[in-house]
Amino acid sequence: MTTLDITDAETVSAPGDSVLSFEDLEVTFGTDFGDIHAVKGITLDVRPGEVVALVGESGSGKSVTSMTALGLLPRNARVRGTVRVGDQVVGGLDDNGLRRMRGNDIAMVFQEPMTALNPVLTIGDQLTEALQLHGIAYGKQAMQRAAELLRMVGIPEPERRLKQYPHELSGGQRQRVVIAMAISCDPKVIVADEPTTALDVTVQADILDLLRSLKEKLNTGILLITHNMGVVADMADRVAVMLKGDLVEMGTADQVLNHPQHDYTKRLLAAVPHLGAGRGQFGEIAPVKTEVGETPALDLRNLVIEYHRLGKPSFRAVDDVSFQVAQGEIVGLVGESGSGKSTIGKCALGLIPAASGSVSILDQDFGRLRRRELKDLRKRIGVVFQDPAASLNPRLPIGEAIAEPLVVHKVGDDKSRRARVYELLDAVELPRDTFNRYPHELSGGQRQRVSVARALTLEPELLVADEPTSALDVSVQASVLKMFTALQERYKFACLFVSHDLAVVDMLAHRVVVLQNGKIVEQGLREDVLHNPQEEYTRRLIAAAPVPEPVEQRRRREERHKLLADLGDEIAELHIDGPLDGPGRRAVPGSEGGNASLRGGYTGG
Amino acid sequence: MSDTRNTAPNGEEYQPIPTASGVDVEGGVGAVVSTETLPGEDKSYSQGQLVRRRFFRHRAAIFSMIMLALIIIVAFTSIGVGPLPGWWGKGYVEQYPKIGTGAPTWEHPFGQDTIGKDYFALVMRGTQRSIIIAIGVGLISTVIGTVIGSLAGFYRGWIESVLMRMTDLFIIIPLLVLAAVLGKIASSWGIWGLTLMLGLVTWTGLARLVRGEVLSLRERDFVVAARAVGTGTGRIIFKHVLPNAVGTIIVSATLAIAAAVLLETSLSFLGYGVLPPDTSLGLLISQYQTAFTTRPWLFWWPGLLILVIALSVNFIGDGLRDAFDPRQNRTKA
Repeated sequence: MTTLDITDAETVSAPGDSVLSFEDLEVTFGTDFGDIHAVKGITLDVRPGEVVALVGESGSGKSVTSMTALGLLPRNARVRGTVRVGDQVVGGLDDNGLRRMRGNDIAMVFQEPMTALNPVLTIGDQLTEALQLHGIAYGKQAMQRAAELLRMVGIPEPERRLKQYPHELSGGQRQRVVIAMAISCDPKVIVADEPTTALDVTVQADILDLLRSLKEKLNTGILLITHNMGVVADMADRVAVMLKGDLVEMGTADQVLNHPQHDYTKRLLAAVPHLGAGRGQFGEIAPVKTEVGETPALDLRNLVIEYHRLGKPSFRAVDDVSFQVAQGEIVGLVGESGSGKSTIGKCALGLIPAASGSVSILDQDFGRLRRRELKDLRKRIGVVFQDPAASLNPRLPIGEAIAEPLVVHKVGDDKSRRARVYELLDAVELPRDTFNRYPHELSGGQRQRVSVARALTLEPELLVADEPTSALDVSVQASVLKMFTALQERYKFACLFVSHDLAVVDMLAHRVVVLQNGKIVEQGLREDVLHNPQEEYTRRLIAAAPVPEPVEQRRRREERHKLLADLGDEIAELHIDGPLDGPGRRAVPGSEGGNASLRGGYTGG
Repeated sequence: MSDTRNTAPNGEEYQPIPTASGVDVEGGVGAVVSTETLPGEDKSYSQGQLVRRRFFRHRAAIFSMIMLALIIIVAFTSIGVGPLPGWWGKGYVEQYPKIGTGAPTWEHPFGQDTIGKDYFALVMRGTQRSIIIAIGVGLISTVIGTVIGSLAGFYRGWIESVLMRMTDLFIIIPLLVLAAVLGKIASSWGIWGLTLMLGLVTWTGLARLVRGEVLSLRERDFVVAARAVGTGTGRIIFKHVLPNAVGTIIVSATLAIAAAVLLETSLSFLGYGVLPPDTSLGLLISQYQTAFTTRPWLFWWPGLLILVIALSVNFIGDGLRDAFDPRQNRTKA
């Protein structure tokens, strides 16, 4: 397949000045089950001070492509074609050459900062390691330089942080440390593999700001790998779209996101939920007619949930939360990680007891029921979890997994149960022969369909969905959400939809509840909360969520910066005018390496 | 995954997902391999039926099962069990006139021992005893270990404390001493008593393994989902937790069976296990270990049988584990 290059003639520059380039790159993995052609001949380059976004869904080969740049592929991979970092050809380097190149010329920012950092070494140890290995600084000087790097990426009290371990830092701070490590040896290009996927939206916005200032102030080239079109719109100068190992389209961010040429890109963009687009992007949800006096499906009153900790005061995860879910209504519960939204979901399922307050489902209080009644009540609640791989028993064939609730509640006989399973498989648009398959034989989206089918087996009146689509690719997410809307239309269940993705909630929910640190910040109708937020926190959240449109996203970004300035917050960026004059590498002997010539622009600090 | 507006029922294709660390077998290649059509695709099977089908496709396990069955049948029918006479005319206690050095002849296919006993009858008697002890000990220790381990892991709290401290207590007493004392007491009840006692002291390792497995399994989403549906504790343990721990349990059980043969050998050697004139494979080897250079058949026959029994049990365990674990596709690959 040839790449559809829609880059204008004037934006294409001479090939010589790129810091990272791939030419006809092909990667094949030899496995027990035959060869897998992961990357099928792509050509791509990254220039200094430029962000090239490589987008595609899982399995499209984008991470494999980036790994070839660092020479980090496993042994069973065969690479053809040329990969150049600066003027070195990666394939031609031996182990020593590769080691020198990594860090010095090219660095990596990983997806999950917790696993990218070694939990048993201090931040200082890990930061100085690269400096010492590459001979940039040793001992005290290295520590000094490390502290300065932390200050550059906006971590307060860097000297104290150096002595801390990764678990003592928040997720956003950990990712900042990873970025500090990446820039420690002043590389020409940074490969950022889904750098914000594991982070909350507000933290994501900060990290993206930081990366952006990186390219502006250090003139570093960035190869950004992501599946999030909003992040692409926010960051990328140029975009390359990958599909099953092929580069199907390439161009500037504006060209690709606003005027896509290739069918796949169009479909991919159509599948991205737009915040602000409102309901009905993937099928209309009928408005609910709530009758006065009707019992709500879920009624939380002054709910407090505490986790008991050994030897420490118990941790209050949910504090005085009250809201209702009417019958047939979808309520979106949004908030960042640690806000207690999943805890509320679990409490609504009766899996965690309430410390005080009450949880009533269809007028029955969980706390006051006896075992028998509890079991009967559970018949009326369904649940869908986030990770479809973990929420299905790997040893149970799909048919039995879906029929499980029927067996537990002794509904029907074998024959009627089987008929019900077939009916549900049809409803979630899975082929009937899925009955005998095991979960691992299905794709992520198919597994999540099975989870939904299982949740609907007993025709529950209330469905608790805990981030049901956040582990899925966008196009799969779109199809699952579409199916979900259709099913809600058909079965009319009430739904507590827990999500961190405001765009998804915007598409689906009738009402929205915003949580922060276990407390409700704002609740109300979807239109009011998401389109005209009253509370500062909600405004921050909404401002931080990126939209997949570059011009619109720039406007939103500036708005957010204004909002942050109004609120007296700092905008995340690289602080290169520290106490030492200029970016510290000048002050450290041995750092006047080969890259200095590239960096003329900022030496004045 | 190519069709974004996924209207077709099977819109999301199976697709291998190569990652930096090789190939994502969980979601990828395993799926590719198993998309081949099974015979009778339109029929629906329960978990048990599927496990059986997969087991019968494991060639080594089936061969081992036939082998083990043959050994058991020959061992039990040849010299008979209890009052029932077998088809082999000679007994294992009687002495026969020695033919030459006692090397294998048509009269005595396994040879004769130092005092002229028929070695085939002796080995068959030993096989009977060893199989009863090994399988009995394997079963008893596996059941006790699984029950204690899964109860401790699933309920946690004081139940776990009591059960695991009890386990620790059993572990700190040297196994051989405990088995010897109990074996001595139990030997008055014959071989069954010995089996029971050995089973009662060898479950500790498995209990700890199972507890560890259950501890991690009980926090998994599918267990939480099952609890949310209202599934009872018993069903959760037997349907959701234990099938996922079955690999550990079966491997441990097969090792326990092999270990039981050795433990019984040691005890018999020390004089606490099976006592002459009754015999077992272990006892035969220890009795005739000095004859290895002069009368090698006295060593080889029981040794070979121990080897075949232990290997067969291990292969059967292998097959069972693969059959229970749907991600194993060895028979098809």
